[in-house]
Amino acid sequence: MARWTRRAVIATGVAAGGLLAVGVGIRRGDLSESVAPLVAGDGEQVFDIWLTLAPDNGVTAIVPHAEMGQGVHTSLAMMLADELDADWEKVSVREAPATRDYANYALARGYLLGERDVPGFLLPTVDGFFLAATRFEALQITGGSLSVRTTGRYAMRIAGAAAREMLVTAAADAWAVPRAELLTRRGELLHAPSGRRARYADFAERAAALPEPPAPRLKAPDEFTLMGTSPPRLDVPPKVDGTARFGIDVALPGMRYAAVRAAPVFGARVDSIATESVQDLPGVRRVVDLGDAVAVVADGYWQAEQALRQLDVRFTASGNESVDQDDIYRRFADSLERAAADDAFTTDLRRGDAPGRLAAGGRLVSAEYRVPYLAHATMEPMNCTAVVADGRCELWLGTQNPLGFAKDVAGALDLDIDDVRVHNQYLGGGFGRRAFPDFAIQAARIAREAGTPVKLIWSREEDMRHDHYRQANVSRFRALLDDTGRPQAWENSYVDKHDPEEAPHIPYAIENQLIRFVESPTHVPWGFWRSVDHSLHAFFTESFIDELAVAAGQDPYRYRRALLAGEPRFRAVLDLAAERSGWDRPLPAGHGRGIAIHRSFGTIVAQVVEATVEDGRPRVQRVVCAVDAGFAVHPDGLRAQMESGIVYGLTAALYGEISIRGGAVRQGNFHDYPMLRIDESPLIETHIVDGGGPLGGAGEPGTPAIAPALANAVYAATGIRVRELPFARHDLSRPERPGRDIA
Amino acid sequence: MVTLTVNGESHVLDVDPRTPLLWVLREQLALTGTKFGCGIAQCGACTVHLDGQPVRACVTPVAAAEGRRVRTIEDLAAGGRLHPLQQAWIDEQVPQCGYCQSGQLMAAAALLETNPDPDDEEIDAALRGNICRCGTYQRIRRGVRRAARALAAGEQDDG
Repeated sequence: MARWTRRAVIATGVAAGGLLAVGVGIRRGDLSESVAPLVAGDGEQVFDIWLTLAPDNGVTAIVPHAEMGQGVHTSLAMMLADELDADWEKVSVREAPATRDYANYALARGYLLGERDVPGFLLPTVDGFFLAATRFEALQITGGSLSVRTTGRYAMRIAGAAAREMLVTAAADAWAVPRAELLTRRGELLHAPSGRRARYADFAERAAALPEPPAPRLKAPDEFTLMGTSPPRLDVPPKVDGTARFGIDVALPGMRYAAVRAAPVFGARVDSIATESVQDLPGVRRVVDLGDAVAVVADGYWQAEQALRQLDVRFTASGNESVDQDDIYRRFADSLERAAADDAFTTDLRRGDAPGRLAAGGRLVSAEYRVPYLAHATMEPMNCTAVVADGRCELWLGTQNPLGFAKDVAGALDLDIDDVRVHNQYLGGGFGRRAFPDFAIQAARIAREAGTPVKLIWSREEDMRHDHYRQANVSRFRALLDDTGRPQAWENSYVDKHDPEEAPHIPYAIENQLIRFVESPTHVPWGFWRSVDHSLHAFFTESFIDELAVAAGQDPYRYRRALLAGEPRFRAVLDLAAERSGWDRPLPAGHGRGIAIHRSFGTIVAQVVEATVEDGRPRVQRVVCAVDAGFAVHPDGLRAQMESGIVYGLTAALYGEISIRGGAVRQGNFHDYPMLRIDESPLIETHIVDGGGPLGGAGEPGTPAIAPALANAVYAATGIRVRELPFARHDLSRPERPGRDIA
Repeated sequence: MVTLTVNGESHVLDVDPRTPLLWVLREQLALTGTKFGCGIAQCGACTVHLDGQPVRACVTPVAAAEGRRVRTIEDLAAGGRLHPLQQAWIDEQVPQCGYCQSGQLMAAAALLETNPDPDDEEIDAALRGNICRCGTYQRIRRGVRRAARALAAGEQDDG
C-alpha cells in the first residue's frame, strides 16, 4: 500500500502535466446531474464544470482551490478569462463545492501514476479512468504551490479556450459565416466583413449544446491580455470592511460553542474527567470525552473556555512523558552515527564517488547544522462549525482539502462521504496546517454528541500545542576543496526525510556528491509547513556552500556563480539579486550582506540580505529578492507571495522554536513563540525574471532562501557562523562562535 | 444586564460582565469583523476603539466598555464611503489572508486620528502590537502613508 506523501502528489502533478495536457479540464460528459444545481444561478448556462455564463454576460469561474491570501481565486479566474476573451470587469469567482466532481483531477492522476499500479478493472478510457480514480481518492488540495501550475494550466485555460471555440462555432453557424472570420474580444463576438456583433450571452445556450472541442487552441504568451498583468485581487474588498467570512465567523441558528483540550503529551489518552466540577457553571451544556481530548460545550465560547480551565481532567501515560528536546537531538545524533557505522543510510542522490574522494585526503571542510520544530501559528486558530443530524454531517470551516476532510470526517462518523458536506470559507492563513483534519473530526464528534450545531474554536494554546510540526533536524556535511578552492566532493547526511524529494539537492556543478538520510522517528506529529523540507535544507546547503566560499577565500556570490556555469536560469536569478542589491558597494562598518539561492516547486529564488547586529541580535535592514517562476501570471501577486514567504521564513529564522519538555510542547502563545512584527520587518524588493519553461509555484518558494541569506549576512557582519536556528538562541555580541563543528 | 454602545447603537445585553468585549461583539451582536487571535492581547487581531482609543477586545471585560463608545471595523466606512485607509488598503493590495486586517485598520485609524502624517517609525510604533502572519507589513506602511496623503488632500479640497 502506498504511503500518503505530498512528494508523490507534487512530482506527479508536474510529471503528469506533459502526459495528458488536453481534455483534462473539460469533462462535460461527466458533468453529473448534481453539479449544475450547485454552481449555476438562474438562467446561467453551465459550459463545463469550470465556468458559467449568465444572461447579463457575466462569467463565473468555478475554482476548486481555497483562498488563503495567495490570490488563487483571482489568478485562476484570469487564466480562464484570458483564454475565453471575457470582459474582466464581468468575471467573478465561486469556490467549487466539495463534491467529487471537483476533485484534483490533475493531481490525483499523477499521484496514482507515481505510486500505484493501475487497477485494470477501472474505466477503459484514460480520461475516464483518471476521473474515477480522482473521485476515489477524494483529493481537493490547495498546497504544494500547485494551483496555477496544475488547475490553472490544465483546467482553467483549457476550459476558457474550449468555451470560446464553442461560442465561435455557434455564432458562425447562426450567421452562416466561416469560423475563421470571427473575432472575440471582451465578451463579444465580432464578424468584421458583415459588421455583425453579439454578446457571448446571446449564444450561450446554443454554444453549450455543442460538443466540446477535444483540443482547443491555447494562446501563445504574446496573445495574452490578462495573464502577465496585475488586476486588483477579487478577495481584497471584503477583507477591508470586516465582511469577509472566515470559518470562525459562521453562525447557525441554535448554535452552541465548544472549547477543547487534548492530552498535552502526544499519544496520551483521557483517563478520567470530573464532569461535576463544571456542570453547574453558567452556560455549560455538556462535557464530551473524545478519547484523547476533552471538550466543553456551552452557550458562549468564553463560558466554554472558562469551564474547560476549571475542569479536572487526568490523562493516562503514553510512555513519552520523559522526552525532552535534548533527548530528541541526541537520538538524531545516535541515528546518524549508527547509520554511518552500519552503512544504513538511504541514498537521496549519488553522483561520482564522494566517499572515495573524501577519503583520498586534501582540504576538508565539515559542519553540522540543526533546526527546531516549528508551528504554523495561522492568525485564525483552528475552528470548525458542525451539524450532525439524520445520518448527515455538514461542516463550515477553512480547509486546504475540503474533499479530503469530508472523507476523513465520514470515516470518523461511519458515514458515507456523500453524506458529509463541507462548506469552505476564507482561510485565516493555511501554510499547510489546514490540510490536517483533526479539528474538523473533533467538531463533528462533539456536534453529534451535543445534538445541536456546534462551533468548536481552539484556543491559541491548543493551536500551538497540537499542531502538525515542521520537523526538527540535524544535517552534517563534509566537502573537499581542490587547490583553487573549488569543491570536488560534497557529502550530506541528515535525519527524517519528508518531501519534496529534491529539497536537499544543490544546483552546483560538483563532480562527486552523496546525499543520504536515515529515519529517526519521534512522537511529535509532522506536518507540511510552508515549503516543507525546503525550509530546512536550503538553510543547510546554502549555509555550507557559503562556508566553502569562505574556506576558499572567495566572494560568496562569485563562488556560487562559478559553480552555476551550466545552469543559466539559476545564474540569471543570482546575478539579478546581486546586481540589484549593489553587491560590490561597500557597506558601513557592522553591516553585512549574505546571499542564497534555492529552487523549490519549480521556481528559482535568490535573496540578498543586508543585516546588522544590535544588542547581540541580528537586524535585517533590507532584502533583495529575484524570482523566476517561468512566467508570472499575476506579477504583483508573485511579489506579494515573495514578501510573504520572506517574512514567514525570517520569523522562523529569528524566533521560531517549538521545543519538547516532558513529552509536550513548551510554547503556548505569541509571548513565548514570538512573531516578526512591523518594526522589525525589512524593506523587501522583488525583481521578476520570466525565464520561460514550465510554470513554477508562488506560495512557498519565497521562504527557503531567507534563513541562509541571513546567516550568511550575519557571518559577513560579525565573523560568527550560526549553525543552529533560531537566532534568538544566540548572543551575537559574545566573541565565541555558536554552532558546532563535527570532529 | 450590561448596556453597551457599539457603532452608535445602544444595546442592553444579558451577559456576565466579565465576558471579554470580543465575544460579546462576535456572539451577541454578530459583529464578526473583529477577530480572535490569541486571547492575551499579544496579536492585535481584536483591536477596536473605546472612546477613540485602540484597545484589545479579547482582554477588555464588557463591563469596562459600559458608558463608553465602542467602534468596530464595521463602522469604519462612514455613510457608505470607504475610510481613506480602506481605500488605500485596496489600492496597495495590502491584505493576503485578511484575518488580521480589521485589527490593523483599526489600529491605523486610531493613529491617524492623533497623528495625521506619521513617518515609518511612528507607523511601526503604533502597529507593532498587530501581528500579520502573511507578512503584509511593508504594504501596511505604504497603505497608511497613502491614506495620510489622501486625508491631507481631502482637507485641502474642503478648505
